[in-house]
Amino acid sequence: MEDFFKINGTDLTVFLPAELDHHNAEKIKQGSDRLIQNNNIRRIIFDFRRTSFMDSSGIGMIMGRYKNIRFMGGVVAAVHVNDRILRILTLSGIYKVIDIYEGLPEQSQMF
Amino acid sequence: MEQTNEMMIEFDSRSCNESFARVAVAAFMTQLNPTLEEVADVKTALSEAVTNAIVHGYENEIRKVTVTCSIAGQVLTLNVSDSGVGIADIAKAMEPLFTTKPDTERSGMGFAFMEAFMDDVQVESAVGKGTSVTMKKRIGRIAGEYHD
Ligand SMILES: Nc1ncnc2c1ncn2[C@@H]1O[C@H](COP(=O)(O)OP(=O)(O)OP(=O)(O)O)[C@@H](O)[C@H]1O
Ligand SMILES: [Mg+2]
Repeated sequence: MEDFFKINGTDLTVFLPAELDHHNAEKIKQGSDRLIQNNNIRRIIFDFRRTSFMDSSGIGMIMGRYKNIRFMGGVVAAVHVNDRILRILTLSGIYKVIDIYEGLPEQSQMF
Repeated sequence: MEQTNEMMIEFDSRSCNESFARVAVAAFMTQLNPTLEEVADVKTALSEAVTNAIVHGYENEIRKVTVTCSIAGQVLTLNVSDSGVGIADIAKAMEPLFTTKPDTERSGMGFAFMEAFMDDVQVESAVGKGTSVTMKKRIGRIAGEYHD
């Protein structure tokens, strides 16, 4: 579980699993909320480099983290987003409230 | 004559079986020679229906979910059934962003994804009896090559 998360200052990077479904989304929820509370996190970066599958449970998980961190003035980004994941993010409307990058923010343009 | 084939799986409504159901259906549909995108579309739609059976139909109680998958010509038909709580207002349930479980971070996008990724989605449900979702998708590498 621990290798899903990396903290750097007030940034939390979440390395998402290959398949972000209901089963895995529940695990990520629990792990990340604990880290966000204990480490004064201001930015959550969802890293999709390993992820080839996501459904609405993944959208719910990201939306939930966004709602929590927004209260504290924080932001959410998605990085290493492939075409399939981008399609799901776009269809769900969540692209309006998070910053989406094809690679890393410093290397690539925002979608 | 049109080629037909059918399979059925039944499994406990545990979240770890969601990936099992996706893999089983993806493997079964390879005989249609689908594109990667078609496989991804079907896996997403199936995952939505199976997750709904688990989280809404059975509300995380452990019962049985049934997935039937059949092929007729180039058309794939999927059915996901539970004998759980059922849906009172199907039209309302299928509206994008409608959810009865906002507190558990559901986004109300499940049916919208099923409709986006499949050609046809039909829902039958009775309160206290259960829910049956039937979805169809025509699979074919060359658009227009196959006719109804
Ligand atoms: N198998 C089922 N049994 C009972 N109710 C269901 C079933 N499937 C769907 N529903 C009802 O329909 C609603 C909408 O379903 P839909 O999948 O679109 O959204 P959701 O599951 O609430 O959220 P999401 O899929 O985005 O996580 C659900 O909130 C639930 O009330
Ligand atoms: Mg759903």
